[in-house]
Amino acid sequence: MLHVDSELKQKLIDPLFTPLNRGFKLSAGVLLALIAWGAFMYFRQIFLGLGVTGMGRPVYWSLYLVDFIFFIGISHAGTLISAILRVTGAEWRRPITRIAEAITTFALIVGSLQILIDMGRIDRLLFTFTFGRLQSPIMWDIISVTLYLLGSMTYLYLPLMADIAIIRDNLPEDVPAWRRKFYTILALGWTGTKEQWVRLEKAIAFMAVFIIPVAISVHSIISWIFATTLQPGWQSTVFGPYFVIGAIFSGIGALFIAMTAMRKILGLEKYIALKQYRNLGFIFITMNAIWFYFTFTETLGLVAGQQTYEMPILAVKLWGAFAPSFWLMIACMAVAFYILVVPLILKKQSDEERAFIFQPRFSQGTAIVAVVLAVLLFVPSILNASIPILTALWILLALDGFAFLMSVSQWFKANPVTSTVIASAFVVVGMWLERWNIIIPTVTHPMLVPYATYTPSLTEISIAVASMAGFIFMFLVFFKLFPAISIWELAEGRVLEEAQSKIVMPMPEANLTGVRRLKIK
Amino acid sequence: MSKWSMVIDLDKCVACQACSIACRFENNTPVVAPDQAELGRSVRWNDVFPMPVNPTEEVGEYPHVKTQYMTRPCMHCENPPCIKVCPVGATFINEEGIVEQNYARCIGCRFCTIGCPYGVRYFNWFEPQWEAPLQEHLNPDRVEGKDVLEGPAVRPLGVVEKCTYCIHRLKKARAQAYAEGRDFRADEYVPACVQTCTGKARFFGDLDDPNSSVYQLSTNPRVFYLLEDAGTHPKTSYLKEG
Repeated sequence: MLHVDSELKQKLIDPLFTPLNRGFKLSAGVLLALIAWGAFMYFRQIFLGLGVTGMGRPVYWSLYLVDFIFFIGISHAGTLISAILRVTGAEWRRPITRIAEAITTFALIVGSLQILIDMGRIDRLLFTFTFGRLQSPIMWDIISVTLYLLGSMTYLYLPLMADIAIIRDNLPEDVPAWRRKFYTILALGWTGTKEQWVRLEKAIAFMAVFIIPVAISVHSIISWIFATTLQPGWQSTVFGPYFVIGAIFSGIGALFIAMTAMRKILGLEKYIALKQYRNLGFIFITMNAIWFYFTFTETLGLVAGQQTYEMPILAVKLWGAFAPSFWLMIACMAVAFYILVVPLILKKQSDEERAFIFQPRFSQGTAIVAVVLAVLLFVPSILNASIPILTALWILLALDGFAFLMSVSQWFKANPVTSTVIASAFVVVGMWLERWNIIIPTVTHPMLVPYATYTPSLTEISIAVASMAGFIFMFLVFFKLFPAISIWELAEGRVLEEAQSKIVMPMPEANLTGVRRLKIK
Repeated sequence: MSKWSMVIDLDKCVACQACSIACRFENNTPVVAPDQAELGRSVRWNDVFPMPVNPTEEVGEYPHVKTQYMTRPCMHCENPPCIKVCPVGATFINEEGIVEQNYARCIGCRFCTIGCPYGVRYFNWFEPQWEAPLQEHLNPDRVEGKDVLEGPAVRPLGVVEKCTYCIHRLKKARAQAYAEGRDFRADEYVPACVQTCTGKARFFGDLDDPNSSVYQLSTNPRVFYLLEDAGTHPKTSYLKEG
């Protein structure tokens, strides 16, 4: 019989057994409808052929691949939190490990599905086993993604097992029989003996070390699928690390959104506290900076090279057909960086003490200017201006946007959780756009085929929406069955903390022999 | 062992597209509606297009403008980037240097279409179909075996296809020689595009045979290769115009 303190039971176990409320039913219904529609469109695609997509020659890869990279990228959240932070002994990770691991598993399921959806002959899937060629980057990908999926499912299940046993032993009286059976089976006879704990810790420690290289390899290999071809714009040596950093970056973004949603819905403010937001926020900022560095490096290579076939790709990104998605991506990341960094360096001030640009009424003014500028820029018939004037307007809009951000900085400081979620949303959108900006400009601008354009078809959009819905739906169901926070890991953390507080660290002795000291005269 | 190769003399090419049409009828490439062609779904194993494909500036000033046309079968590279990326070995280079495509094996991942820098590979977005009169006059030739379907055989949905230097013609010529109890000669086989070429601009033969036209043309100072710096070592070469 495993015990759990009443507060944790009330916060984490009891909500699992409350009857489904209206919000849950409604969101599950909407999500299921979207999934059903996507599934219908997919079966139609199998029946009719990939012609129902917007693809053609030379756009042989498109939205499915963008979503594939995006979702697999999101999945790197779990590895960072559960494996990397575990290995480095970051105690604050404890309350968010479960959510991060769930993101990993579900994003991987949805991500790997994208590749299957993209296949022309899904009925020949098993040929990759019977006739597989290890020389092909797709084979590397199949192996590493499969390994990662199995590994992260194990990683999700291992720490969950002890929690399932806790639930099994603390079930409410009136629980239906199937749920009792469900938890009893899944707990695998966990009783919490000392030997079991030791083995569990060992297994988790092994998995943590094992899964880090696998996760790194997964997104490197995805980048190599592109980097090993001769297509202009993809032949880049920074692609491996660029993709991995982007993956962890977007993973943290998704994690922030998911953990804030859980915190809000289940009222877990006490467990998922500001400490988690601040510490994870530091990693987030670092990833943001590294992402900018890699984006700059990659672009610089293209600019300096001025290659015949690569230059047009850079040109469409910087000022051509893909300029909106490229600059929106840059703007998203820059805004996210601002939202995360500025509250850390800003002093807390009252309204009167603030400089003019930090005052709320300044934000209203800049917002109005932004709207006017946007209308002028996006409705070209109003202003028949020449390119220098339009450029000036764009620069003005960027400056105005910056001024707006400055004026609302104090609000960001006052609402760290909300502002982190806003930054995360910007990052997730920006990272999706980044995947788009890597794939689509290159496939539409090949070397010896006329340039093409690509617009996703209804089928592709439906499947993309259904994939997102499937991702959220898995979350919804999972956290209705299992606790959102790892109960035993939290308890373990408390025990460790208590034990540490009893240890009295001796002060360093003044005259230790053999210790060199810097002497200041 | 033979090493099949093609030389296209751009001085003689009149861009009549007869090679493209001959290829279409020889290899049963599907016909698509104009709206599908707009989406890039037309299939031309042997394509004719202006060079440069995506001009960055006008060549010459009116009225002294100049357009160069290019006719492009598969390059049958000696170092083909497409076969390296195939996860199931559906595309491979045979000992005679022809890059083959097995429709019965292809899983439709389209990595080879991305891998090929020349864009010679095509995908079956829909089930191939022809209008009634064309449907009745499809080429019955096919290269078939256990788990093998190649050549002009009508392609199933969702697989990649490409120029094979009319490999079925080679197999037929070999079978003919064998049936007649004699040795096969390299000049018994040419692809349909070479046979039909209006300006006799295309030469085909065995690059290992010093007496063949392709061997003799290979030392011509006008020889050039498409995307030579990609390091693919094409066996289809061109003779420069002018």
